Amino acid sequence: MTAAHSAAAPLTETGALLSVRDLRVVFQRRGEPPTVAVDGVSFDVAPGQVVGLVGESGCGKSVTSMAVMRLLPDRGVRVGGSVVMDGVDLLTLSDDEMRRRRGRDLSMVFQDPLTSLNPVIPIGLQVTEVLRRHRGMNKEAARKAAAELLERVGIPDPRRRLDSYPHQLSGGMRQRALIAIALACRPRLLIADEPTTALDVTIQAQILELLKELVRETGAALIMITHDLGVVAGLCETVNVLYGGRIVERAQRHRLFTTPRHPYTHGLLRSIPRLDAPPGEELPAIRGSVVDNLPWADNCAFAPRCPRAVERCVGVSPEEETTGGRLLRCHNPVPASAD
Amino acid sequence: MMLRFVLRRLVQVIPTLLLLSVLVFAWLRSLPGGPASAFLGDRATPESIANLNRLLGLDQPIWVQYFRFLGRAVTGDFGASTITGEPVMVEIGRALPATIELSVAALLIAVVLGIPLGYVAARHRGRPLDVATVVGTLFGVAVPVFFLGYVLKDVFAVDLGWFPPSGRQSVAVDATDVTGFAVLDGIMTREFDASLDALHHLVLPAVVLATIPLAVIVRITRASVLDVMDSDFVRTANSKGLAPGTVRGRHVLRNALLPVSTTIGLQVGLLLAGAVLTERVFVWGGIGTLLADAITLRDYPRLQAILLLGALIYVLVNLLVDLSYAIIDPRVRLS
Ligand SMILES: Nc1ncnc2c1ncn2[C@@H]1O[C@H](COP(=O)(O)OP(=O)(O)OP(=O)(O)O)[C@@H](O)[C@H]1O
Ligand SMILES: [Mg+2]
Repeated sequence: MTAAHSAAAPLTETGALLSVRDLRVVFQRRGEPPTVAVDGVSFDVAPGQVVGLVGESGCGKSVTSMAVMRLLPDRGVRVGGSVVMDGVDLLTLSDDEMRRRRGRDLSMVFQDPLTSLNPVIPIGLQVTEVLRRHRGMNKEAARKAAAELLERVGIPDPRRRLDSYPHQLSGGMRQRALIAIALACRPRLLIADEPTTALDVTIQAQILELLKELVRETGAALIMITHDLGVVAGLCETVNVLYGGRIVERAQRHRLFTTPRHPYTHGLLRSIPRLDAPPGEELPAIRGSVVDNLPWADNCAFAPRCPRAVERCVGVSPEEETTGGRLLRCHNPVPASAD
Repeated sequence: MMLRFVLRRLVQVIPTLLLLSVLVFAWLRSLPGGPASAFLGDRATPESIANLNRLLGLDQPIWVQYFRFLGRAVTGDFGASTITGEPVMVEIGRALPATIELSVAALLIAVVLGIPLGYVAARHRGRPLDVATVVGTLFGVAVPVFFLGYVLKDVFAVDLGWFPPSGRQSVAVDATDVTGFAVLDGIMTREFDASLDALHHLVLPAVVLATIPLAVIVRITRASVLDVMDSDFVRTANSKGLAPGTVRGRHVLRNALLPVSTTIGLQVGLLLAGAVLTERVFVWGGIGTLLADAITLRDYPRLQAILLLGALIYVLVNLLVDLSYAIIDPRVRLS
């Protein structure tokens, strides 16, 4: 399984479930300069594969996933490129056709389980409505299936929980309910956008374990969006590192972790706290913040914060290069032997 | 649990009404002039005023007057009107249906038009329809009820003759009075022409009285729908591929109506105040008319009864709103 493709790859990649090509999302509010949130992102997801999308806050992870799901607002946003699933470009479908696929072929789990559930209707209805919509089940069948789903995601006493309201469940239980909803119709692609960020650390591990089990069980592919490399380490086969709306590095997980080549990836990995570090030692951090970045047009957006920046990084935009299954966008990568 | 909640709330109403009765009592007596001088007018002499005051019991110390009033009020006796000599509760009982009929009609118009209008405006945010609606609601709250009442009456009743200019019923219809609610009576006695006639009379005053609550409900609905449309759970609903109608009804509207229902309760106070003015314009003969006369002639018993009754209605309606809120929002516990 090769994980790397360049932007110039053909539209439908054989074997890929989802092919995102040159995705570009520009927010344009009247009276404001346009914001390029996603700037030419391309990646593939094979059936059943777990793909990571990592990067710090504001790098465009959520916008990418919302663009794939076609959940961005109609107005004030321009979306370019293509998102091909089953040989069809989702971006060209009518709203109606897209609605028939959402929740059935591809679905999503969001970050905040409390606000992501409707507070005034019972959990059960929030599960059954998706079953009834896409599977055409009648009320009783949907209720039965919903109870089974809740049971499968580890919610105790599922029959009774069908009539509970979101505020009556704990955060972890709510996220389990959201996962049950997302997987109710056995989609072939699940997008999880920071599904554990709002949860307690102990609960986080359980939820990740559950997701892992469920995608294995249902054969769904998973796009795992996170800023937490620990989550990636436990879950993803291929990892895309996003910076300023572009993918700066992509590799298989173990290669990315052992030999990060992009200075940004390198910095991210070094800023993970390690138990074996001498006490009192300061954690290396990446200097600056995303706001410092340059436009990609003639530069490397990371240059102002990059310890390895060279003259070319300001003035010449680095291109994606794929070598040996690794994609890299850098003028002066970390030598392969470093660390 | 529901019953206990209602009972407790009703018990809480008692101190509120007591306090209010003190305030109303003291406030009325602090106004310049009194029933005696108002009643006697130019013919008043110090002796005749003192005489009348003695008759009305107004020569007693104010606290004696208050406790006498209170003692009778708890038995439902608010005394006799100083204008007509009739017990005020009888007067009010006769006039109340007219005011309730008018207020309910106005509230119905405001709710039935306001919620869809607010919703449609939100869906068209920033586009001409939305802008027109928002500007319209600004006018709605800004135009004085009196002014609007006279303009509509002039145009639609006097000039165009589409609606009767005043009153609740045409004399010619000869309707039977059962409950005092003219539209309802017509239906109950199967005198449907009487119902239609009453509705015909109701249109203009109800529209006038509805303008402010309508404008407020439109604005609240619009803001609330915009807020909810941006919420995470609506995004989730869309991510499930639900039909647009399901997303709108079950997810957007159900949540957006929560703040609207509270607003409707708060509108009732304004509605009662507006009814007084509207009744004046359309010679409606309800509580508003009773109140207007009572103010000019300083009819203490009638004023006390009407003001306390208004407060009671306001409190009860808001209790009703709280109950309905608890029914649509499971997060609210009745405790
Ligand atoms: N509705 C919007 N209007 C304008 N700009 C937006 C909008 N939504 C997102 N953006 C911009 O797009 C960029 C990417 O946002 P996105 O939400 O995808 O970040 P993220 O990687 O998911 O970050 P986080 O980890 O904080 O969730 C940000 O710079 C943000 O300012
Ligand atoms: Mg995000």
